[in-house]
Amino acid sequence: MNFELIIFGISAVIAVFGATMMIAQRNPVASVLYMILSLIAQAVCYVQLGALFLGVILIVVYAGAIMVLFLFVIMLLNLRGEEASEQDTPAVSQFTKYVFSVLLTLELVFIVKAASLDSVATQVADQVADGFGSVRQVAQVMFTNYLYPFELTGILLLVALVGAVVLAKRERDSYSSATDDADDDRSERVVE
Amino acid sequence: MVPTSAYLILAIILFGIGTVGVLITRNMIVLFMSIEIMLNAANMVLIAFSKALNLVDGHVIVFLVLTIAAAEAAVGLAMIVMVYRNRETVNVDRFSLMKW
Repeated sequence: MNFELIIFGISAVIAVFGATMMIAQRNPVASVLYMILSLIAQAVCYVQLGALFLGVILIVVYAGAIMVLFLFVIMLLNLRGEEASEQDTPAVSQFTKYVFSVLLTLELVFIVKAASLDSVATQVADQVADGFGSVRQVAQVMFTNYLYPFELTGILLLVALVGAVVLAKRERDSYSSATDDADDDRSERVVE
Repeated sequence: MVPTSAYLILAIILFGIGTVGVLITRNMIVLFMSIEIMLNAANMVLIAFSKALNLVDGHVIVFLVLTIAAAEAAVGLAMIVMVYRNRETVNVDRFSLMKW
């Protein structure tokens, strides 16, 4: 039992625990916080695999920026816990969703077992070069072999930015009519 | 030395949890986060294999996936805000009709 294995075990348990609690929570704010816990544990695994740059990026961008965006939207919408709507869904779908997710996971386990990956893992993994996964090495590959995908990602981000603004924007011209519609909807729902 | 298969099994468990989350959760935001967990599980497989094969290409792909996840989260959350504005709920069971 060496030190690396202990660190991996602890971080793997924390990652799985955080993910499980995330889907089990009823309060969305709590599930965001458990997701951040899981992401930090996954970043430890990344660093163990030699991906120093990506470990930092995972914490800074994912846990720092994207999860705060989720938290911001949850607080903007003022969401409380999930509404109890179990009686709306039929019992068949209650049952089948668990069955199918377990089946899918078992299928993935069988694929990995059938592929017999241990030969790949033990042969090469011990001789990892110095500076593997450092910023310099990742950047050298990214800006030579993967230059066009990288530039396309920039365009994708621009499109996503414009799309998010267009989607979330309230129409200024029809502001009064839009609020009238919303009021109508609200009164209809009350009548129902 | 942790074998690559250990990381693969961790990734499978995380992907399975993400699948269960997508299927059982009713809150649209938690559903989105389950999809993010599945993306992260795929990223972990890429990083594990790039170490096993001593190639840094997997890291570049993971970087691009992270960027795309950020774009997806931005657009998805904008859609959630718009849906909430129209329906006043984020419960996916209430979206069984395209129009009401």
